[in-house]
Amino acid sequence: MELENRVAEIIIDKLGVKPEQVTPEAKFDTDLGADSIDQYELIMGFEDAFGLRIDEEEATKLTTVGKVVEYLKGKGLDQ
Amino acid sequence: MQSMDRRVVITGVGAISPIGMTARESWENAVAGRSGIRRISLIDPSDFSSQIGGEVKGYDPEEYLERKLAKRTDRYTQFALISAREAFEDSGLEGNIEPERLGVIIGSGIGGITTLEREHKVALDKGVHRINPFFCPMMIGNIAAGQVGIDIGAKGLNFSAVSACASSGHAIAIGADMIRLGRAEAILSGGSEAPMTLTGIGGFCALKALSRRNDDPQTASRPFDRDRDGFVIAEGGAVVVLEELEHARARGANIIAELSGSGMTCDAYHITAPAENGEGSARAMRLAIENSGMVPEDIDYINAHGTSTQLNDINETIAIKTALGEENARRIMVSSTKSVTGHMLGAAGAIEAIFTSFALNEGVIPPTATLQNPDEGCDLDYVPGKARQAVIHAALSNSLGFGGHNVTLALRKYTGE
Repeated sequence: MELENRVAEIIIDKLGVKPEQVTPEAKFDTDLGADSIDQYELIMGFEDAFGLRIDEEEATKLTTVGKVVEYLKGKGLDQ
Repeated sequence: MQSMDRRVVITGVGAISPIGMTARESWENAVAGRSGIRRISLIDPSDFSSQIGGEVKGYDPEEYLERKLAKRTDRYTQFALISAREAFEDSGLEGNIEPERLGVIIGSGIGGITTLEREHKVALDKGVHRINPFFCPMMIGNIAAGQVGIDIGAKGLNFSAVSACASSGHAIAIGADMIRLGRAEAILSGGSEAPMTLTGIGGFCALKALSRRNDDPQTASRPFDRDRDGFVIAEGGAVVVLEELEHARARGANIIAELSGSGMTCDAYHITAPAENGEGSARAMRLAIENSGMVPEDIDYINAHGTSTQLNDINETIAIKTALGEENARRIMVSSTKSVTGHMLGAAGAIEAIFTSFALNEGVIPPTATLQNPDEGCDLDYVPGKARQAVIHAALSNSLGFGGHNVTLALRKYTGE
């Protein structure tokens, strides 16, 4: 499965949003209704799914779906 | 001693239980004496001495709750939410009360033990940094009350009552007192429990408190019977809407029954065993009668705590005789609906209050469905086997909890006066 789809699947599962809401520009807080605890859980979901650790400082920068995908690509996870 | 002028009535009920997905369905099955006890299926019970329980059947949280809410709540909170939504809708209060004057008191004996066990396992297996960030707000014993407040927009007083198997009895007693004191016009009071886990069941098994009649689940909970061998663990939720009488009248609410008073005591005796002769429970019943401005002669029916343990049923019988006097005790009907629900722990007091209010409203007494051979000393009219038609005017509902907590609710038929 493509990286984008795997990320979207986790977001849909954790936040209970519709697939069409999960666009690259979608902001987790204002567009997808995620509060701070939702976002902590999302980060842990990405960590578990992709087998990496995202430190807190980096995590705070991952505010949109697109930024998460870019971050994971930067870790070489789109291979 | 009727201390205050403000009277409290029940204007809505909701429940999800081993014998029904609503309060009405649960009541109909209680009256029919249909047991909700089966072999436990939520976990593999093979290692337990007691392998039977009252589970909520065919339950899928996402049929009742939005997906995100279902995932963010422990099973015990879900049962509270579902019961509260039903009760609130039943009351017709939505849009007819100031949110600041609407309160919530939801009890639980344990809280989110499913969540606690799951995340504890995560911590052991994968490390503490893998604990879910929702763990604390999912597990804590007050979160059911908090979530109900969020769900229905109730901005008045809101907290939880914790007194083991008396929790929701206390939630209702305190709720009524809060309304009498003028601190709210209406309160959603009740309880919920979801104890069907490894340590939940295992802990009660270790206490030797649970029935081992694994080969005959449907008659395992047999209160007051000589062959009773312990209680049957169960889960579910139950909530009543308590409302100040004039507030209810002004909006033309359907009044199910009056919650006329309560009595609350402690045995101050032992952590699990009742005091000799049910001394604490007897005092709670007396206080509830006095608090309602009634006398023992007024009481027609008692929905007993009736757990099906050796100690409870004989001591509660003695306590009823002490509280009402021998003659009144022999005149009235006493039944235990735990015979079909099992013991819903922190939700027991509330679902039994609902059954008691329906009994008053409809003139039907639910039976002690499984009682065949009353034990020596258990010599009251326990309405064995079959429900009975009887117009009744006043009733008590008993709830007792580990720790020596005793609470008795007094209810009256509402006649429009």
